Amino acid sequence: MLVKDIMKTDVITLTANATVEEALHLLQKNHIRHIPIINESNHVIGIISDRDVRDASPSFLEEHNNRGGILTRTIKEIMSTPVVTTHPYEFFEEVASIFYQKEFACLPVVRDKQLVGIVTEKDMLYAFIQLTGTHSPSTQLEIKVPDQIGGVLSDVCQYFTKRNIKIVSVYSYPDPPKDVVYKILVFRIQTMNPMPVVKDFQNTDYQILYPYWEDNHEF
Amino acid sequence: MNSKQTAFIYTEEFLHYSFHEEHPFNQNRLLLTKDLLEMSGALCQDQIIEPQLIDEKWLYAVHSNDYVEAVKQASNGQEIDQHKYGIGTHDTPGFKHMYEASLITASGSLEACYQVLSGKVKHALNIAGGLHHGFPTRASGFCIFNDIAIAIQYIRKNYNLKVLYIDTDAHHGGDGVQQCFYDDPNVCTVSFHETGRYLYPGTGKISERGIKGGFGYCFNFPLDAFTEDQSYLEVFKESIESITEYFKPDIIISQHGVDTHALDPLTHLHCTLHIFEEIPKIINKLAHKYCDGKWVALGGGGYDIWRVVPRAWAQLWRVMNDDQIFEGKINLDWLDKWNKLAPFPLPLRMARL
Ligand SMILES: [Zn+2]
Repeated sequence: MLVKDIMKTDVITLTANATVEEALHLLQKNHIRHIPIINESNHVIGIISDRDVRDASPSFLEEHNNRGGILTRTIKEIMSTPVVTTHPYEFFEEVASIFYQKEFACLPVVRDKQLVGIVTEKDMLYAFIQLTGTHSPSTQLEIKVPDQIGGVLSDVCQYFTKRNIKIVSVYSYPDPPKDVVYKILVFRIQTMNPMPVVKDFQNTDYQILYPYWEDNHEF
Repeated sequence: MNSKQTAFIYTEEFLHYSFHEEHPFNQNRLLLTKDLLEMSGALCQDQIIEPQLIDEKWLYAVHSNDYVEAVKQASNGQEIDQHKYGIGTHDTPGFKHMYEASLITASGSLEACYQVLSGKVKHALNIAGGLHHGFPTRASGFCIFNDIAIAIQYIRKNYNLKVLYIDTDAHHGGDGVQQCFYDDPNVCTVSFHETGRYLYPGTGKISERGIKGGFGYCFNFPLDAFTEDQSYLEVFKESIESITEYFKPDIIISQHGVDTHALDPLTHLHCTLHIFEEIPKIINKLAHKYCDGKWVALGGGGYDIWRVVPRAWAQLWRVMNDDQIFEGKINLDWLDKWNKLAPFPLPLRMARL
């Protein structure tokens, strides 16, 4: 998945000469947390966040000792610069690691020096929701499998094919973390009746972890 | 007993809604239920109403033309696009005459609405209905036509009443009914279901509250796996009473999936027969308090067709008909007749478990 697939293209921007008051107004009105600052050529020259506005306030207070004074200052004085940006053809997981490592929550998307979009933490989370398939009617199965070469994934998938069940999504994670012997495959499959395929897995090396039924009913 | 208060919608043709022998959705449970009621002397012949086949136009109130056409083609044994229409899948295989079987099922639910709204009866029950997963453009989760959405459209268009929809199936019916009326403030949908964390279809989160004008007219109560009677009923009673008071419906449509029972093979809730006595009692009270009694009840899921479904739906009918429940031993003739065919011993008592 690429940045262009998850970014927003209608970006709210300001120029460096705008006032803090204008920025505050835009942040509140649009329920956003970041505004890229552009010049007359649509180049990104800075960025401000709701936190920048807030953090800037006390020092201004000391200087001017009145709130009106802060609000009439220009964006230029409080914006962060230079700005870390990304490109529409960057992988979305790359953006996730920038968010994680740099503790950002927003990246302007730039192509040929032009601002073309913006990607935020929220867009990133939405992309993950799409990846895990929870947007489509399905049942979730978690299957513990040996982590080795030998067509494990394709073999597991055969069981769904045989039952004519569509796979909505699949991802994997190590079990336990750092263990190199097993992996857990998480499938969302398009069926309301997973029982037949769960039974098919019973005599294999693959162990269904979820969903689980109690072995003995108390009834 | 006032035998004219409640209509039981039934025709043998309901049993034609059948995918194949091993499929968990098995309408023989209708026969088992009706038999139990008749043998227990709780259902008289003059209460049984055969549904009139509806005009096809009512299908189009919910479903797209090309989907209805695809169902007809599959019904005639023709190949159709499985991925587009969801028929021919593991859940919803095609079968001969599936169009007719689905149409009569939906007809049953419209007949139930007609019986109530024309004032012939206060309550009507169609245990063949309640197929809440059906999408406007595709089959899903054993459901071909969404009889509930069609029935609600029928009420909205013909009578312009405010409809409260209560869904107590273990699966969230959000892909079907909730979605059809998501922006409609005149249809309030309320669902109690096992959390979608693992269970199909995965929707039904607390945060799903409706959109636009319909915001605030959709409620979801996801319950954790292994939830038992006491917690279930606490959540159900408190919330449905306050929602009904807030919404002030003109009529209640309820879906009575009974796959919330601990013995159900497809789900993980841990309720007993007790909730199938209490749910109808609570809805019945609300229908009389707010809707002058107008209440249409439908079937739904329920995959232990021997031990759970007949008793659960018999209790539902009993409450609708005379606000009583069956107690004590189950009818012996019924046991004799069906024990021969059941894969495990049938329960001996009406209540408990
Ligand atoms: Zn169900």
